Parts: sequence; C-alpha cells; structure tokens
Amino acid sequence: MSRTWIVIPMYNEATVVGTVIEGLREVFPHVVCIDDGSSDGSQKVAREAGAVVVQHPINLGQGAALQTGLEFALQDPELDCIITFDADGQHRVEDAQAMAQRIISGEAEVVLGSRFLDDRTKLSAAKRLVLRTAAIQSRFSTGMALTDAHNGLRAFSPQVAKGIHLQQNRMAHASELVHQLAEMKPHWVEHPVEIIYTEYSKSKGQSLLNSVNILAELFFR
Amino acid sequence: MQIAVQIVLVVAVVLGSLVLMRGGSNARHLAVRRIMVMLFALLAAFSIFFPEMLTGLARFFGIGRGTDLVLYALVVSFLVFMATTYQRFRQMESTMTKLSRRIALDEAPLPTDQDETSVRDPQR
Repeated sequence: MSRTWIVIPMYNEATVVGTVIEGLREVFPHVVCIDDGSSDGSQKVAREAGAVVVQHPINLGQGAALQTGLEFALQDPELDCIITFDADGQHRVEDAQAMAQRIISGEAEVVLGSRFLDDRTKLSAAKRLVLRTAAIQSRFSTGMALTDAHNGLRAFSPQVAKGIHLQQNRMAHASELVHQLAEMKPHWVEHPVEIIYTEYSKSKGQSLLNSVNILAELFFR
Repeated sequence: MQIAVQIVLVVAVVLGSLVLMRGGSNARHLAVRRIMVMLFALLAAFSIFFPEMLTGLARFFGIGRGTDLVLYALVVSFLVFMATTYQRFRQMESTMTKLSRRIALDEAPLPTDQDETSVRDPQR
C-alpha cells in the first residue's frame, strides 16, 4: 500500500485547521501538522482532527515548518509521496489527490500546483501581476518555466524531498525551494489547482507588501 | 586630482567593508575589526585636542573639514557593524532552527507509530 504524508505548516490557525484536516483525512489518513509555536490552541484542534502534531518550541517561520515536516515524513520507510498543504483552507483536497497520483504512478518526481493553468482561481489584477512577475523572475534565475512560483500545494517523491534543505525560515523559502529543485533537476510537472480565497485566507495570506520582505531576504542572505 | 583621490577612497572603503563583512566570525577578522575600532577611538580623541591636524589630513584627501572625515569614518564603521551583526544574527538563527527542529522531531511520535495508534483508538 502506498503511503502519502500531508505536511501542513500551521501557525495560529485554530479556527480553520480542524476542518482542513478532516477534509484531508477522508482521502489521506496520514497528516502531519507542524505547529510553529501557535498560542491559540491550534495543536489541540489538529490532534482532535486526527493529525500528528510536531511542535516547534518557538516560532521559526513557515519555511522552517515545511522543512521540519519533510524531515518528519522522511522518517517513514514506506513513504512514497509528500504533499505540502496550507492550513488556511485555500487548497482543494481533489487537487492534492490528483497530484499524489502523478507522483505515485511515477509520472513525475515533483508536481507543483499552479493557479494559472486554468481559470478556476479568481484573483485581483494587482496580485496576478505580482505573482506573474515572481514566476518570470524565477524562470530567469533558475531556468524552470514555472507559471506560479508561490503556490503552497506541492507534491514530492521521497528522493526529491531528501534533497531539499530550506535555510530561509520566513518568507523567501518558496523561491529558495525553486532554486534547490532547479539544481536537482528532477522530472517535474505543474498541475492546475484552484486557490479558494475566503475572507479568512485573505486576511491570513501574504500581503503584496510582503514581496519587499521576500526580495530583501533573498538579496541579503 | 581631488576626484581621483575621492574615487580611490570610496573604492577602498567599499572593498575594506566587503572584506570585513565576508569574514564572518573567524578570529583574524575579529582582531582586525577590534584594531579598527581602537584606531577610530584614538583618532576621535586625537581630533578633539588637535583639530587642525585632522583638518590637514582631510584637506589632503580632498574632504572639507576634519570633523567630516570623522563623520565618514563613523558612517563606514556603522555600516560594517550593521552587516556583521546581521550575519552573526543569521548564524544564530540557523543554529536555533536546527536545535528547535531536533527538539520538535524528538518529541513527536515516529510516522510509523501511526498505524498502532489508529488501532488502539478506533475514533481516529
């Protein structure tokens, strides 16, 4: 039997993470939440929803949580796919399922979600422009022809996951991840996914100003 | 002539700062930084007693007054300080990340323990 681990970085998401985990657990029995020092009881909610909770003793950032999640899943000898999933409910379980299929069937070693491959995702013109620019930038610096460089839904084969070592704890980890993948040259594909912008995910999500932080962290590392 | 001296100075300052920033935390760079701090302090004290000599030096470099020279040195040393502190901070952060991750993984159950828990607790 194949074993897929869902990795969810989580920081103060108590109001939504339970529903997200329950939705996932209908399809994926193995869910791990990396709690990044939440103070609102997210850990309890996640455990009750049936996820394994790995708890950072202090807040480190989403990049660090992702890396811890990968390292946790890699301890499983029967692992054959790792999926990263956001805690705020903006991803669809169906998309994750289809992406896992593409890894397990051996079609690809890395499947990256992209919200620009079909027109399901509705987003503002400004956000579209910033994300498109980021994608073009990462294409120039890595040679990987991505359409959506900052999508939280990704699937990895264990071999590729072993090669990922994120150093950027905070915002710049998405770009760093693309750089590391580009160096490994795995067989990768993009998969059309829908991002569901709820009021909650909008309030939690990265503001456009955050791209300034991402640039700063990338330049002064 | 003056502009040539100024350009040489700026290049020297940039190169010197880069060398100091790149050094990280090895002992030789630390020693160099300390010597520079000492020199700077001596120069500053000296300039209080003999402002004319410092002004003479500044004139030689094509800078207005001696106090300006001190100000430039202060700006440069501040930037170097900022850069080295930032680097040290990053190193500390990465050490702390490794430590926290180790603690988190050690405290968590192994992924392989999952099957037994789901048998023991059928609600899960």
